[in-house]
Parts: sequence; structure tokens; C-alpha cells
Amino acid sequence: MDSSRYIAKHVVNLPKSGIRDFFEVVAKMKDVISLGIGEPDFDTPWHIREAAIYALEKGKTHYTSNLGLIELRRAISKYVEKTFSIGYRPEDEILVTVGVSEALDIAFRALVNPGDKVMFHQPCYVSYSPSITLVHGTAIPVPTYAKDQFALTAEALRAAWQPGAKLLVLNLPCNPTGGTCDRAQIEAIAKFAVEKDLLVLSDEIYSELTFEGVHTSIASLPGMKERTIYLHGFSKAFAMTGWRIGYACGPAALIEAMMKVHQYSMMCASILSQEAAIEALLRGEDAMKSMRDQYHRRRDFIVRRFNEIGLKCHLPRGSFYAFPDVSGTGLSEKDFAVGLLEAEKVAMVPGTAFGANGSGFCRACFATSYEQLIEASNRIERHVQSLAAKPRTPTGARG
Amino acid sequence: MKPIIKLLLEGGSLTTAQLAQVLKLSEADVNRQLEELKEQRVLLGFRPVLNLAHEDSGVVRAVIEVRITPERGGGFNRLAERISRFDEVESCFLMSGGYDLLVFVNGSSLQKVAAFVSEKLASIEGVLSTATHFMLRSYKEQGFMLDVKQEEADRLKVAP
Repeated sequence: MDSSRYIAKHVVNLPKSGIRDFFEVVAKMKDVISLGIGEPDFDTPWHIREAAIYALEKGKTHYTSNLGLIELRRAISKYVEKTFSIGYRPEDEILVTVGVSEALDIAFRALVNPGDKVMFHQPCYVSYSPSITLVHGTAIPVPTYAKDQFALTAEALRAAWQPGAKLLVLNLPCNPTGGTCDRAQIEAIAKFAVEKDLLVLSDEIYSELTFEGVHTSIASLPGMKERTIYLHGFSKAFAMTGWRIGYACGPAALIEAMMKVHQYSMMCASILSQEAAIEALLRGEDAMKSMRDQYHRRRDFIVRRFNEIGLKCHLPRGSFYAFPDVSGTGLSEKDFAVGLLEAEKVAMVPGTAFGANGSGFCRACFATSYEQLIEASNRIERHVQSLAAKPRTPTGARG
Repeated sequence: MKPIIKLLLEGGSLTTAQLAQVLKLSEADVNRQLEELKEQRVLLGFRPVLNLAHEDSGVVRAVIEVRITPERGGGFNRLAERISRFDEVESCFLMSGGYDLLVFVNGSSLQKVAAFVSEKLASIEGVLSTATHFMLRSYKEQGFMLDVKQEEADRLKVAP
């Protein structure tokens, strides 16, 4: 029996993540230096893990409130106010979720009617476009460009805007480009959102990992809190990817709508992860800053190396990703990444995994040890030199 | 903190060539900076961090709490330095609280450490008392866990 005929049409049509394709190739190889991992190389700081162990010992094994533990929501409220200058009420403006991924999914499900238009900037995190498709919305990608260091500009938004657009998804600093916006750029985006009456979903998961200047949340701008759902979590700043814990903050009516979806699907985030998250917020700042400083220094190293090697690379102002331009090698990003993997066993993710306009770029995660970064950069250099020495052959042909 | 010191602390056991690459210096420059740090007595040296439990090393370690008489002019320093100079002494700290010096001692046998304490340390003029604690087992050394196997993390090789 062909069981696939039972699959819903919009799921059949959903493309497989480009990352997964690449993962299949890399998984089969041994001794690969991977710059393809989208997570910190640090394990979660011990005091956070210890708090979860203690919670388990104390018998914290039950459901929590749908919104999440009130102690956690209070801690989130204080942290967001102190760090990003946005005030949310713990009682009804904060929802604890299973990572930002769930927050984004339930936001779409709570807000998007079939056919509603959702704008987001590209290259971007792999799930935005499929998540919009899954709620039968219409995805409107807005390009960001290397010339702007992949900051989103109001001009690009205006050019891509279509009548009826309802939501705008932001991810600043951005995975995979490391691009972010300064305050003036954010203000221009906010002005555009007000002008076009867009509700903003702001995924700020990398905000602590901002290396130059201060991170400005769009929700902190005058008049924007009421038209923004602020999404954040613990994965990147506190090295807690596997805990799957995040949160959404926003106007009470919208949080209530998201909570409805959340309570019928997820019910609540894992209580152990919530207990660990409380510890991270209350006592995790030093460890977090130490990790950020290390990413900062590694970024400076790897970006400098890419430019020395001849792969033009802008300075990512946030996140732990460099996004070098590999088009100078004469190869597509995919051929370059596969060639590099085969010849030198270094994995970078082809930029097109993050949207069509990632073409010509590869993503390199620098959240890995100095030894690995040094070795990887030397191997990439050798590979680029060997490509330059070879006569050009058209893509796909055998040379 | 100087970049080279940060990198020494952070980078583990990078070679001079690797240090040079990260700091964008020539190897000669890195060596010169390291020499300078040594001259300034900031960088005192490098030693391996070892787990000797599985070696037949025969090292006995002890921590000794020492009470001493402070001296006019020098306070505790002269005596502390004098005690520190013994080869058996690995580290020596001036402490607040119920005793003055905390002395970490190595010896090839229990008898040798005991002899050091009774014959050399306790007999120094100005040493009022000693309390010796032998170490039974080490769990963490210089930031390294000893008996926790570094598990081959089952991290994904590629992740979004």
C-alpha cells in the first residue's frame, strides 16, 4: 500500500531542509571538523545543570501552569526589563515555551488565517518559511544584502511589501548571517511596521551575543510594545539548546491566544528545563558573559582568516556565525561546500539552505575550539589555493 | 589582560605557531612576548596537568596548616618564603582564619612527608604548630576533572 497518499498536500509540498541534505553527507564521514553546527560548543554551565538535578531530587516531576512557572515568568520579566528595557507583566504577558521554535509556531497558528501574508528577511533560519506554509500563510521573503552587512533595511521591506501583509518576522542578530540592525535601522523598520500596520514577531535569540554596540529590541521603541511579540530563549546565550526552553512576551490578548494553542498541544514546557532556566536567569550572567567574550575573540580570528584566504567575509556583529562569500572561487556555494568536505573534511553549510539569496555564501559557526578553528581555516586555505591552481571546469563536469 | 595571556588561558595547549596565527603576530613576536612575560615574572612557567592515579608514581600529597609568629617589620613574609623554598613544598598561601599558612606538600612516601613536617617544618623557629592532612584522592586538578571520562559527545555534526 502506498501510505504516502495519506500525507496532507501542503506537507508533501514542503521542501526538506537543505541542512538535512547536507547533514546526511557529513554524517557518513569520519574526522570532520564541523563548522556546521548551530549551537554553542560549551556544555550548559554546571550550576544550571545542578539546579535541574536538585529539582529532580525534590520531586519536581509534574505539570506546571500552562503559562509556565510563575517564578520563571517573574525572573524573565526582571531580566528582559533590566537587559533590554522592555517591561512585561509576569501574570499575563509572558508565556514559557518549548524553545523559540515552539513560540514561533504557536504565534503563527494563533495569528495567521489561510492566505495571510507574512514578511521575513532572508537568508534566515530554516524554519520560518515552512512554518508559515504549515499554517497556510503566504511567505514574503525580504532580501538582506552583504553590502549592508546583512542588516535589514526599511527600503528592502518597502520594495518587498505587498498589500494585505499582516506580520513581519525579525531575527536580529540573524542566523545565518550574523547581521543585525543599529538603533536607527530598527527605528526605520518600526516606522514602516506602524505605517503598514504590521504586527512584529521578533526572534531575538542571539541578542546577548551582540559584539558591537548595544542590542536594541524593536519592542523597546515607543509605541512598539503593543505591536510586537518578543521571542527569546536560553539556547544560545546560556548554552542550553537541548533543554528546549524559551518564551514569548507580548500584549496580553496575543499571549492568551498563543496560550490556547500551547495548552492544547504542548500543555507546558518541561518543568526541569523551567527550573534550570530560573537558575540561568538568576545566577548565569557571569558564565554567559565569559562565553560571549570567547565567541567574540574567535569571531575576530575566523573572519580575519576568511578574508586572508580570499573568501570575502563581513564582520558579523552578533550570533556565532560567519557568512563568507565563496563565489570568488568560481563555484556555487553547494559545490564549494561539498568539495571542501571531500577534499579537506571541513563542513560549512551552503548559504542556500537558508533561502535562495544565500546563494554564493556559506555559513561557518565559530562556536568551536581555537584548535579546531585554526586547523579548519588552514584546511580551507589549502583548498581555496588548490581550486585557484586548477583550470576552471564548468560545474558538474569532470576535470 | 593582555591578549596573549587571555589566549594562553583560553586556548589550552596551543603551539607557538597557533598562538601566532590567532594573534596575527610572527612566531618570533610571540616568543618575544612570552619572554617578556617571563622576565616580568607574570608567566612563571608551563607544567602538564596529570592524573597520576593510574601511574605508579608513588607521590604522597599533604596539606599542612601552619601557625607561625609574625615578625616585626616583615610580618609573615620572611618565614613564609623560607618555608616555600623547600623542594617538598608545591604551593604556600597566607590565609585568614585559624591558622596562618596553608602549605601543599609532595613526597615520595608517607614517611618522607612526615619527616619533612617533623624535622624540617615544625623545627623552624617561629613555627608554632602544624596540622597535616594527607590527601586520599583527587577529583579535580587545575580545572580538569580526573575520573570523568570525556564522553564523545553525540552532538550533531550539522544543525540549523
